[in-house]
Amino acid sequence: MPKLDSTRYTILFAAAVCVVCALVVSLAAVGLSERQDANARLYRQKNVLLAAGLIEPDERPSTSELLRIFDENIEIGLIDLATGDKVEPKGLDPRSYDPRKVRNDPTMSRPAPPNNAGLLRLPNTGVVYYVKGAKGIEQVVLPIEGGGMWGMLSGFIALDRDGNTVRGLTFYEQKETPGLGGEISNPKWQALWRGRKAYDANFAPKLAVIKGAAGPPEKDPHHVDGLSGATITSNSVSRLVAFWFSDKGYGPYLKQFRQGAAT
Amino acid sequence: MTASDAFMGKAERSALVTPILDNNPIGVQVLGICSALAVTTRLDKALVMSVAVTIVVAFASLAVSLIRNRTPSSIRIIVQLTIIASLVIVVDQFLKAYLFELSLELSVFIGLIITNCIVMGRAEGYAMQNPPWLSMLDGVGNGLGYGLVLVLVALARELFGAGRVFGVQVLPLAQDGGWYEPNGLMLLAPSALFLVALLIWALRAWKPALQEKD
Repeated sequence: MPKLDSTRYTILFAAAVCVVCALVVSLAAVGLSERQDANARLYRQKNVLLAAGLIEPDERPSTSELLRIFDENIEIGLIDLATGDKVEPKGLDPRSYDPRKVRNDPTMSRPAPPNNAGLLRLPNTGVVYYVKGAKGIEQVVLPIEGGGMWGMLSGFIALDRDGNTVRGLTFYEQKETPGLGGEISNPKWQALWRGRKAYDANFAPKLAVIKGAAGPPEKDPHHVDGLSGATITSNSVSRLVAFWFSDKGYGPYLKQFRQGAAT
Repeated sequence: MTASDAFMGKAERSALVTPILDNNPIGVQVLGICSALAVTTRLDKALVMSVAVTIVVAFASLAVSLIRNRTPSSIRIIVQLTIIASLVIVVDQFLKAYLFELSLELSVFIGLIITNCIVMGRAEGYAMQNPPWLSMLDGVGNGLGYGLVLVLVALARELFGAGRVFGVQVLPLAQDGGWYEPNGLMLLAPSALFLVALLIWALRAWKPALQEKD
């Protein structure tokens, strides 16, 4: 047996340990990725329902129950993000399509226009979720994302038929500081968004998270309470909401939606 | 000595059982306190965390012990860490595949198992000197000892903080028309410190041999 403390042996031993560990980790990651992707998709669907208020945050529906509610109430639409026009799926499966996943594919995305929401590339095709009710389309749920303090924030925002009144908001993926910025995942804070207005009377994006407490939605429709101890996260949320409601984001689409063209 | 003695003899049994009470990692060694504060607001989280830690300690101790005679001592700590980190990633991957929503709430703390003093402590303090099977049993015992404290603390916190056990309402809350006024302190991290301290006190009162002479 070689000497345990020789440099050569030490380096070889370290390399061997690394190779074995890397193999074990890769096997687990590759072998389980299919199930993980299915879970992530289901979780996104659940958050669409949460934003739309079709399930409550403390409800824990089973997988089949969740899919039933989703299929009964939601109609998925694909849009050209730049013009806001409705597009045909063309090889995309709307159910599993995740605009965040195509960012690095040059044929399916483009460089983002200058913005302060931390977005470098935008997908060409956006996905929107229509909530159907007795009187046709009642809400539209839009994916939103942007850079936060430690990583990307991904969520959904639900708008009323008027394309202006917020019906709900969720953040389902975030890496903010637990207890401070991480409170953007707290249903109590998310509930504060209900009833606020995305646009002012001239349809300029107005909604923002402010420092301190905002008034009730009827009196203070464009502001949401800031998160204490989380100024950077609060500002990030303001910026990403402003971006997605501007003409660079869902502006063109929402214009058509308000006119009823998208229905 | 029969075959079953080699498999589960006196030394083996003691490696497995001693860490549960007499040498409990939290109660006696006072290791792994940080995660005991963080994941004990609900029983289901505490239980998953306990199972995850038990698996990681058991297999980390086994692997470290298997290569203990070939590990150059100059890099033994980083070798242990590599093994532990790999196991933690594997456990995290399994949680994401099979317990997705719980894994979202636990993910930070699962990652932090790497720095849980119990795992490193057992690898360096026990597995480096003992044969694989004994080391693995010692790992399981320490995981169970850690889990026992976690589950007890979580039971108290969930019951008195939210009136629930495993998410099922057992004490009807005053705000929902019941009689129980939940103790909000129980949902905050400091309450776990008090509970852990009470448990340590109870354990030492019950087993006076654990008390240090001062």
